[in-house]
Amino acid sequence: MEVRWDILVIIIGAGIVTFIPRVLPLMALSRIELPDWGMRWLHYVPISVMAALVGQELFTQDGELSSLADNIKLVAALPTLVVAIKSRSLLMTVLTGMVSMMLLRLFF
Amino acid sequence: MNQQDVRIERPTAPEVEEGFWQGVKDCIPTLLGYLSIGFAAGVVEKTAGLSMMEIALISLLLYAGSAQFIVSGMLAASSSSLAIITTVLFVNLRHLLLSAALSPYFRHLSPLKNMLIGSLLTDETFGVAINETVKKRRISEKWMHGLNITAYLNWFAANMAGAFFGQWLTNPERYGLDFALPAMFIGLLALAIASRSNKLLDIIVAAAAVAIVVGVSMLASGSTAVITATVIAATIGMVIDKWK
Repeated sequence: MEVRWDILVIIIGAGIVTFIPRVLPLMALSRIELPDWGMRWLHYVPISVMAALVGQELFTQDGELSSLADNIKLVAALPTLVVAIKSRSLLMTVLTGMVSMMLLRLFF
Repeated sequence: MNQQDVRIERPTAPEVEEGFWQGVKDCIPTLLGYLSIGFAAGVVEKTAGLSMMEIALISLLLYAGSAQFIVSGMLAASSSSLAIITTVLFVNLRHLLLSAALSPYFRHLSPLKNMLIGSLLTDETFGVAINETVKKRRISEKWMHGLNITAYLNWFAANMAGAFFGQWLTNPERYGLDFALPAMFIGLLALAIASRSNKLLDIIVAAAAVAIVVGVSMLASGSTAVITATVIAATIGMVIDKWK
């Protein structure tokens, strides 16, 4: 049940840097308008960051390019993507990903 | 943004204010999805060596699925505190956009009340709230609190359940739990692109982000690669969007 100091610092630090972008636009934008280019840039941030995280997960392994021949994450990503597009349901997508991964690990 | 501004500046007819419990009800369809991700997060946190108390704190103070997976992964890889916090900052910068997009619908509230609403903003509550704006010119404060607090408690319960059962799941990879996060991002990415107007440009931006993150990963740390790819790909999107 203990809380280590270094972990607490990380949790509080990460909490603060998450809290500020959550509340700042809601608090400030009733008065200040972001410049057009700023809004446009922000518009592409969610897509960019999510694609980067997916790309890193699927294509790299410890700072090296993953081998494409036995990349089971890439294989599991295919049914996951299809279900995401077809079902538009986050739950179905996550379950498909997890079950695909479980089955791939079971058989390969 | 301009369209939304025009909508709320029109003289508004009196609307029925939706209450707290309607917000709770409107949250229900999303609960199961985040329950599974929260459970996976709890298991991964537990196997990364966090105690039950630390998991309770991280789910309540950080309250961000992807960031919690990233903290667990980086702790397991013994990254520095500064690297972890910087990565979380960049991963969660997307909330700036969500918060900015919701701001026109909460202009009737004081900054302090807006802070309370924003503090529990997530991809999921944003998705439900932005759907609400299709039929409303402003969002009820009580309704939003009902939505936010339900999602928050669900997330906390899911993390604790995952942490509890994680004691016996010594090898979460066997059950595909390590793929819950990439799967969630694939889902969020597909949903985000599906709901937007310029899908081709979104796909170009996503492809650029993937190419850059892979390239930079060969030269620098993983978190630097994600940050670099995000900044460059979003800039590519902005420039093409403005130029065309």
